[in-house]
Amino acid sequence: MQNQLSDAGLRDDLMTNDELLRQSEEMLDALLRAIATGNFDDIYATEYETITDTLRDISITRARQGFSPRETAQYVLSLKKAVVEVLEQERSDDYITLYKESTSINTLLDNLSIVTFETFIKGREEVILRQTDEISEISTPVIRVWNGILALPIIGTLDSARTQVVMENLLQEIVNTGSNIAILDISGVPAVDSLVAQHLIKTVSATRLMGAECIISGIRAEIAQTIVHLGIDLSNIKTKATLASALQLAFSMTNVEVRRIDKNVGLRGTR
Amino acid sequence: MIVMTKDTMEIVREQDVVPFRNRVREFSTKIGMSVVNQTKLITAASELVRNMLKYANGGKVILEIISNNAKTGVRLTFADQGPGIPDLSLAMKDGYSTGRSLGLGLPGAKRLVNEFDLKSQPGQGTTVTVIHWKHGR
Repeated sequence: MQNQLSDAGLRDDLMTNDELLRQSEEMLDALLRAIATGNFDDIYATEYETITDTLRDISITRARQGFSPRETAQYVLSLKKAVVEVLEQERSDDYITLYKESTSINTLLDNLSIVTFETFIKGREEVILRQTDEISEISTPVIRVWNGILALPIIGTLDSARTQVVMENLLQEIVNTGSNIAILDISGVPAVDSLVAQHLIKTVSATRLMGAECIISGIRAEIAQTIVHLGIDLSNIKTKATLASALQLAFSMTNVEVRRIDKNVGLRGTR
Repeated sequence: MIVMTKDTMEIVREQDVVPFRNRVREFSTKIGMSVVNQTKLITAASELVRNMLKYANGGKVILEIISNNAKTGVRLTFADQGPGIPDLSLAMKDGYSTGRSLGLGLPGAKRLVNEFDLKSQPGQGTTVTVIHWKHGR
């Protein structure tokens, strides 16, 4: 069996670049050593450790590279055909041995391909987890729009965990910049129900406790109607339809005036 | 009353709320509901689904597009196997909550939709059915 497996014919399968060839060689050597012990059933035994490790390695790398599960599984399953072909040549006179040997090699390779599946899915899950972390990190920026004025665009659903992050970031930034006005923009919040409203009210209260004033902007027409029907009282919170008008309010609260400078007047003067 | 499209969604985690809301949006867009009415229905649905998660650890929602004579609308049925509501009139009162929230979920949802029906038996679970017509009346 060992000699049959080391046949060069095995390495034709799908491997083109050098790294893969090296990986396959490594795996085949490990497989041969494992088979030499006569263990065909228990892939969790110590003699299979190297090979399952190598397989996991390959599966994880492939999951990260974006290979399809089919391609990854094929990596192990393609061995089957090659092995069975070799067996066929060598045992063409003894069908019973041929049948027994191909059954056990099939079971073994099936088990090994399950390992690649498990690892492949785990690799993908890691990618998803990392992305979830990244999304929650980038989704709550606090922007300093003016001296003493902060803006916080909220995009997506405002749940309890999210509110906590928003509140922490905002309060920290108020301390860091010494700002006294914060604009919460909810243009990107698809639905404002009573839970979201409660979270907003809590954020506003916390901001006020820090001595800063909070303006909520980005209230769309349909959201305004919904809030009224729901019976949510936002009357003691300053609200604006757009971020622009909220900024204008913030300017007037801090006694800042934004004026257009007529350049033509200046030019005429120099002439 | 004819049911034209029907779908069922299991709600077991907070992460199910957003896909559910999107499904409601899909249904109401399909019948050509205006953005205001869509938002009303989605908000009501959001309130009811959150109640289901909070008090009954989740449940099942049936989404249907229904037609009644010349009217088309979306009907949502929220069914859970939770503890039930002991006092329905108290639960429908503005500002009453057993869960430290604003207490606007049930009465607010009722004001947002055209038809609202609440059935509950302590220990038997709660079923809320809401209908919102295409033109909001």
